[in-house]
Amino acid sequence: MAVVRFPGSNCEDETLRAVRRAGGDAFLLDYRSGNLDGAAAVVLPGGFSYGDYLRSGSIARFSPVMAAIREHAAAGGAVLGICNGFQILCEAHLLPGALMHNAGRRFASRPVDLRIERTDTICTGDFEQGEVIRIPQAHGEGRYEATPAVLETLERDNLIVLRYVPVSGSDIPYNPNGSTADIAGICNPAGNVVGFMPHPERLADSALGSEIGMRFFTGLIKRLSGVPT
Amino acid sequence: MTTIPVPEAFPGERPVTDDVVAEHKLNATEYEAILKLLGGRTPTLTELGIFSALWSEHCSYKHTKPILRQFPTEGAQVLQGPGENAGVLRLPDGWAVAFKIESHNHPSAVEPYQGAATGVGGILRDVFTMGARPVALLNSLRLGPLDEPRNRYLFSGIVKGVGDYGNCVGVPTLGGEVVFAPGYSGNPLVNAMAVGILRADELITARAHGVGNLLIAVGARTGRDGIHGASFASEDLTAASEARRPQVQVGDPFTEKMLLEASLELIRGEHIVAIQDMGAAGLTSSSAEMAARGGVGVELDTSAVPTRERGMTPYEIMLSESQERMLVVVEPHKVDDVIDICTRWELQSAVVGRITDDGLFRVVHDGRLVAAIPGQELVDGCPIYHPEAAESGAAVARRSAVPARKGPNPVDALKQLLDAPTIASKRWVFEQFDTTVRGRSVITPGGDAGVLRVEDTGFALAMTVDCNARHVLLDPYEGGKGVVAEAARNIACTGASPLGITDCLNFGNPERPEVFFQFREACRGISDACRAFDTPVTGGNVSLYNQSPTGAIDPTPTVGMIGLLEDVTSAVPSHFRAPGDAILLIGHTRGHLGGSAYWAEVLDTVAGSPPPIDLELERSLQQFLVAAASRRLMNSAHDLSDGGLAVALAECCIGGPWATTTFGATVDLNAHADTVSDEGWLFGEDGARALVSATPENVMALQQLGAQFGIPCHYLGLVGDVGGEIEATREQRKWSWSSTELRRIYHDALPRRIERPTGTGKD
Repeated sequence: MAVVRFPGSNCEDETLRAVRRAGGDAFLLDYRSGNLDGAAAVVLPGGFSYGDYLRSGSIARFSPVMAAIREHAAAGGAVLGICNGFQILCEAHLLPGALMHNAGRRFASRPVDLRIERTDTICTGDFEQGEVIRIPQAHGEGRYEATPAVLETLERDNLIVLRYVPVSGSDIPYNPNGSTADIAGICNPAGNVVGFMPHPERLADSALGSEIGMRFFTGLIKRLSGVPT
Repeated sequence: MTTIPVPEAFPGERPVTDDVVAEHKLNATEYEAILKLLGGRTPTLTELGIFSALWSEHCSYKHTKPILRQFPTEGAQVLQGPGENAGVLRLPDGWAVAFKIESHNHPSAVEPYQGAATGVGGILRDVFTMGARPVALLNSLRLGPLDEPRNRYLFSGIVKGVGDYGNCVGVPTLGGEVVFAPGYSGNPLVNAMAVGILRADELITARAHGVGNLLIAVGARTGRDGIHGASFASEDLTAASEARRPQVQVGDPFTEKMLLEASLELIRGEHIVAIQDMGAAGLTSSSAEMAARGGVGVELDTSAVPTRERGMTPYEIMLSESQERMLVVVEPHKVDDVIDICTRWELQSAVVGRITDDGLFRVVHDGRLVAAIPGQELVDGCPIYHPEAAESGAAVARRSAVPARKGPNPVDALKQLLDAPTIASKRWVFEQFDTTVRGRSVITPGGDAGVLRVEDTGFALAMTVDCNARHVLLDPYEGGKGVVAEAARNIACTGASPLGITDCLNFGNPERPEVFFQFREACRGISDACRAFDTPVTGGNVSLYNQSPTGAIDPTPTVGMIGLLEDVTSAVPSHFRAPGDAILLIGHTRGHLGGSAYWAEVLDTVAGSPPPIDLELERSLQQFLVAAASRRLMNSAHDLSDGGLAVALAECCIGGPWATTTFGATVDLNAHADTVSDEGWLFGEDGARALVSATPENVMALQQLGAQFGIPCHYLGLVGDVGGEIEATREQRKWSWSSTELRRIYHDALPRRIERPTGTGKD
């Protein structure tokens, strides 16, 4: 599995670690690379590619490696974008819609409660349908927006993978960025390209109290090796 | 030494006159010393600029050196003490931790966003130039009251600046403190601390050596920003300071991230001899300090430095404080490797000088010699001052003053305290800081100390920054001890053993006797506490002249402390965990209210003697907490500080910032400290205390452990139901609060003042 390092990526180490802990082979792939070095799946990690001084991901989408990723996605290969990776996938039009400044215009770093809306994507096979999990999130531009037509398609074709949900008793606004329809993550119609804002790789170590995030990576590995989930 | 060559003025440069000397903030004694050093010749303007930067308070410590020398700096755990870019302590298994705190107060006062952002950038560079990968950030922020619009503007800008920079570089913020007091109106404090991890054998120091080795500037181009920043930081803030805004540098965290990765590759691959950040006083201090530490000379060619605009003079290039630049010393045969690595990280690099054998600090531009100064004296030769120190009569009188009125009933008093911005939840602040990037965060902000797993080892670091400036103001010596004691309590509450400190000494104008008294006494207090706890001072920063037209700031010696938690899985959180757990108050309650938050926030009285700090008792408490954590006897532990027992109990019940539930509690204050007043029991701030929860079957073991360390463990009561009432009884009296109402007050105090301000005055 390839974890792409763009200039300004800053979550590649923990993403590699999470994949390896989940039992996968993973290597860093340079953004200048013209191919995927034989990887069966590509993960675009979090960070601030090129500083993200412009709209997040808007420069990274022009990186040389993106051509190979596009080709891989078109051939049905697995592509996962986390946080900045999700932003890049949207900017590259591998996923529809856009990630705008958070409502409130402040960076939002906090745990979020998410409902697994689909278990048949490349990385959610190790969850139960409708399961609610809590993992960290941290971004300034994570408010998902799309045209009414796209939103309708997402709902109709069941392309929403993760949604922010309220949990009983909590007095904290459950949708941290004002995303439309509480969307935290989506996939393409074929289900092989997935992007979301939360950071499962940051909660993949029992020493931190929970390793729930690891299941995204065990799910991905099982999918790649053809294990039914 | 051979005869010193005579430099010539750079074309167009002003001649150095008395006025020009005064403009450079050099006094008559200092200028005399310069003339003597130069053999009687008048310096060129470039030379004068170089002297003014290195002989500023910020770089020379000319008012504080004799006091700073009294800090304990040695210990078995110290790998690198003061004098380098950052201090380094040994950890188990060949690991080490580099850490340092630094102020960026003056820039943040005039340009809060960039001032704060570049403060974070500078401290990160100090840590990664030791060969350490930055793994955590902390910050201490102090502002005037939020009912003033300007303070809200400064606060919002500073928080955003701190956040945006660290978030982009990808370093989690794991701790901090935010304090609001009138003394910081017009002179906010921004102290940033960085923590880095390295293998002990990868440590590199900023010591230039090897005659003929080359100097390479790496990173951003040099511009006209930040010229004279070090001098700016060494004068009082005045109405004219606003005009300094263009001198505040602009941060570029993306370049910083590239610089970080390139620097670690250069260091770990042994491509370079030495490295230093071009921080305060830029190229001047980095080159002069590295050369002086290595006992060599240096020649810089300013015409070879990549600049942002054409026509920059050597004076400007030497004094620019453009951010995200490094100076590295490289053996000639490795220059190509170094430039290749920099290019791969998309960084510019250029050879800008060489190491020489004559001990001179020379600057040439287009082949013309524009500066030639004896190098060692340039760095160490600034006259040292021993300012007069005398406590003011007003300060003495303040210690015996008491509040003019009686307090409200304790039920209301606690609500007022939880609503006080200094005590209230800082969730609004740290929600803007990435706290989990790198995937090593065990305890994130909102508790006593941050806890971070060290790579894939089984141990963790605990870290905190603390300073109760009100206590220091009222009694600088006891307050100074208290700062270290509070930091150590916070560390120990997580189960970690305190290892060492870095300090950021923020004071007013040292030329005022009452300010220098505060400085001297606070440092004496810090020294005594550090000796008692075996937590050496490994470095830090002095920020003086924090003085605006409204007066000096409260004396604020911020301490950043690192602790070692030997088993990462034994980390203890601050908040209650389960109904039915026993609540224990560890330590002696004497009801000391002098200097308390209760007097300050509820009775508007900053007066009295702060609680005296018993260092032995503090040490015993720390050892008790560490032992109790390693035996897994505690479910939570929280130190008692601002607001005393009542605030600590409320915080434990309110839960962590992201908790979905609160807990009630029932505590009985009878049969302990019976002579203490109700206010003293609830709100007194006696040191060496902590509030612990434990499953009932562990109470006996905790009490036995307490006896072993000479620390009382009073059983107070039980953790109550989810969302329940907090009830305290004493004799016939009973006070109760709704835990959910307290949570709302505690978490809404900052947002309501910032996002929904209601005019002026207290609301």
